[in-house]
Amino acid sequence: MNKFAKRMGLAALLATSALVPAKLAFADTPTNGGDIIVTYKDDIATLDPAVGYDWQNWSMINALFSRLVDYKPGTTELGPALADSYDVSDDGKIYTFKLHPGVKFTNGREVTAADVKWSIERAVNPKTQGPGAGFFHSIVGADKMTAGTADTMEGITAVDDHTVKFTLSQPDATFLNVLALNFASVVPKEAVEAANGDFGKHPVGSGAFTLKEWTIGQRLVFQKNADYFVKDRPHVDSFTVEVGQEPLVALLRLQKGEVDIAGDGIPPAKYLEMKKSAEFEGMIVDRQQLETSYVTLNTQVKPFDNAKVRQAVNMAINKDRIVRIINGRATPASQVLPPLMPGYDQNYKGYAYDPEKAKALLAEAGLKDGFSTQIYTSNTDPQPRITQAIQQDLAAIGVKAEIKAVANPNVIAAGGTQGQAPMVWSGGLGWIADFPDPSDFYGPILGCGSAVAGGWNWSWYCNKDIDARGQAADAMPVPAKAEERNKAWAQIFTDIQTNEAPWIPVFNERRVVAKSKRMGGPDEIYIDPTRVIDYEAIYVNK
Amino acid sequence: MAVFLARRLVQAVLILLGVAAITFLLLYYLPADPAVLIAGRSATPQMVAAIRHELGLDQPLIMQFLHYVGSLLHGDLGRSYTQKTEVLPLILARLPATLVLMAAGIVVEVALGLTFGIIAAVWRGGFVDRSIMMLSFVGVSSPQFVVALLLLYVFAATLGWFPMSGFGTARHVVLPALTLGVLGAGWYARMVRSAMIEVLRQDYVRTAHAKGLSGRRVVLSHALPNALLPIIAMVGIDIGQFMSGVVVVEAVYGWPGIGQLAWQAIQQVDVPIIMGVTLVSALAIVLGNLLADFIAPFVDPRIRSQ
Repeated sequence: MNKFAKRMGLAALLATSALVPAKLAFADTPTNGGDIIVTYKDDIATLDPAVGYDWQNWSMINALFSRLVDYKPGTTELGPALADSYDVSDDGKIYTFKLHPGVKFTNGREVTAADVKWSIERAVNPKTQGPGAGFFHSIVGADKMTAGTADTMEGITAVDDHTVKFTLSQPDATFLNVLALNFASVVPKEAVEAANGDFGKHPVGSGAFTLKEWTIGQRLVFQKNADYFVKDRPHVDSFTVEVGQEPLVALLRLQKGEVDIAGDGIPPAKYLEMKKSAEFEGMIVDRQQLETSYVTLNTQVKPFDNAKVRQAVNMAINKDRIVRIINGRATPASQVLPPLMPGYDQNYKGYAYDPEKAKALLAEAGLKDGFSTQIYTSNTDPQPRITQAIQQDLAAIGVKAEIKAVANPNVIAAGGTQGQAPMVWSGGLGWIADFPDPSDFYGPILGCGSAVAGGWNWSWYCNKDIDARGQAADAMPVPAKAEERNKAWAQIFTDIQTNEAPWIPVFNERRVVAKSKRMGGPDEIYIDPTRVIDYEAIYVNK
Repeated sequence: MAVFLARRLVQAVLILLGVAAITFLLLYYLPADPAVLIAGRSATPQMVAAIRHELGLDQPLIMQFLHYVGSLLHGDLGRSYTQKTEVLPLILARLPATLVLMAAGIVVEVALGLTFGIIAAVWRGGFVDRSIMMLSFVGVSSPQFVVALLLLYVFAATLGWFPMSGFGTARHVVLPALTLGVLGAGWYARMVRSAMIEVLRQDYVRTAHAKGLSGRRVVLSHALPNALLPIIAMVGIDIGQFMSGVVVVEAVYGWPGIGQLAWQAIQQVDVPIIMGVTLVSALAIVLGNLLADFIAPFVDPRIRSQ
């Protein structure tokens, strides 16, 4: 402990005497070894890669399993993983992958092309009840599988033990991203069957770690996979996830050195205090993520069926004030896409805050005296407070909005019921991208296909022309036309917002994680854009 | 006695069935659709329908309920929607922690409550009495969250006498039990005090004093047993309450009890877990009261003769 403190002091000294490169070199060399402790408040629901879909288990599943392709740590850049190489046909419909030879599951058996086929079919099969099935829609045979009328997908073939071929019904520029999702993780059939419906508690994969112990309600111990096929990874010997830990207590334990990563971050009330305190310097990771928080304006409910009304309320919201309510942990948003997303338009300003103009626009729409409406919100702090600010802003232009603060599942239910919720504040349920591609912000939340009962398009926005433009963009081959495709998507999103304004984009929330001083590595592996925490890349400073 | 017990057991089964039916009905009429939550954001309506079918949610309510009760009779509480695993092992895994905290909490609150209640009754009206009553009032009206965090901050974070979080050793249970005990002791102290004052006024107590027995003996051996009855009934209620989970205390101390499981299940509309925890809690409440009814005759002969 003493030695460690001295070292930290030395590092600080080096930094202050302008020997910055020396300090960087010190910080940039990952060292191996160490056992770390991570805390979360909620229990870990499951470690089944076909089922797990929350921000706690996402990074753990990611570390237990491997996929054909994967992102480089801390980036949105795709690279080879289980597949050494791949080949795309000229029409963009056939993808052929060559598997890295000799990769073994932790049960000792070699990973084959047949495992890849079986694993993805399992993720799509409705019997698995997984939330990822929809991502694989472009593979031939996915529709029959999701309808429950087929048990295999003809679009996936194991050509030989080390070659797997995907046939798509239409070109899909996001397909490689889809294959990097946890849902596309490769699992051994015999282990799934042996677990007898309990694979989520007894996971077997070929990833950087194996699950060594799971004591329900208390802890999960993940141990380094000594045979991991990626060289020099992972760095830590093990990480233990302690669940049921109240975030405030986790921070106290972090201060005492009992905890290395407080996974739930810092409660809003403590944020400013900790951020300003010298004691916590170097312990707070605060980064942007692929997230937009927004208010949906139901285009099928009066008076929001009128685009002028939607534009007017867009101008009524003082986003700077709302950001202050959450202690500045966000950046005001002008558009649907978050700034880190390809296709984000830096020059697009959206609707500036202008209550006078908003009132004039309302008058133009024949609503000089305003109107009454409802806004749904999650009932956990700080969402109701944010909604109150929105309510006050709306009152200033004569719109009386009644707040419906309900539990998260009920907000989702109200949003997905036709004609029910005029406005929904997405905070706490916000749209965090599944993968770094702009189309992920269209199809499931603004496309015609999702404007259905139980869908997530709570604006019930459906524009057939825009749908067609989106399809055309996704048919552009990537990476050959990536730039052009991003431009097309940028135009789609700004056109939607300028002409029809089905959303009020309010802010892009940052994620905050607290870590102990001994944890090394750049911030972006603690808030990784696709993995949340990158357990493979983090390390302990020696 | 056997007749009495048999009657109470039949009542207990009926209560549990009633609880199951009401909970099932309430959950069924929640606006949230579990299939939508499971299917995720990328799902099409067909996928949601397929999942609804897999869960049996497309069947009429009465069929769903009969199916549930049928499985229940085989000891099967169903499978969790979100965790995709059997519910019973999830509850059983958390049962030891819940039992330990329940027992420890009750021991602390009864010990504190009895001590202070008796002291207050014996010196009623004086400064000690008034101070104790004042403190008990503060105790019963303090929020669990505040007391739990305060004890944790002082005795674990600052003084380091106890671990801040977790389960496993005797040292882990002290602070959670103390939190429950301090907060609950107020009720017991007030109840013991009024019961004791009542009893101390009785003729037989005066007789005991007149016989020349020591004050201590009069209070503890003659008066106290007659004042215990309401305490036993109250312990019966507390068993049920603590068994259904003490969400806040569990959350602050990272205690792996049933309360945290229930709380998370409610947030995710995980119906099978909510049902399971509700039934276990109802069972605990019924058993707690049954136990109190069963013990009462041994403590008070008057009940036995009835």
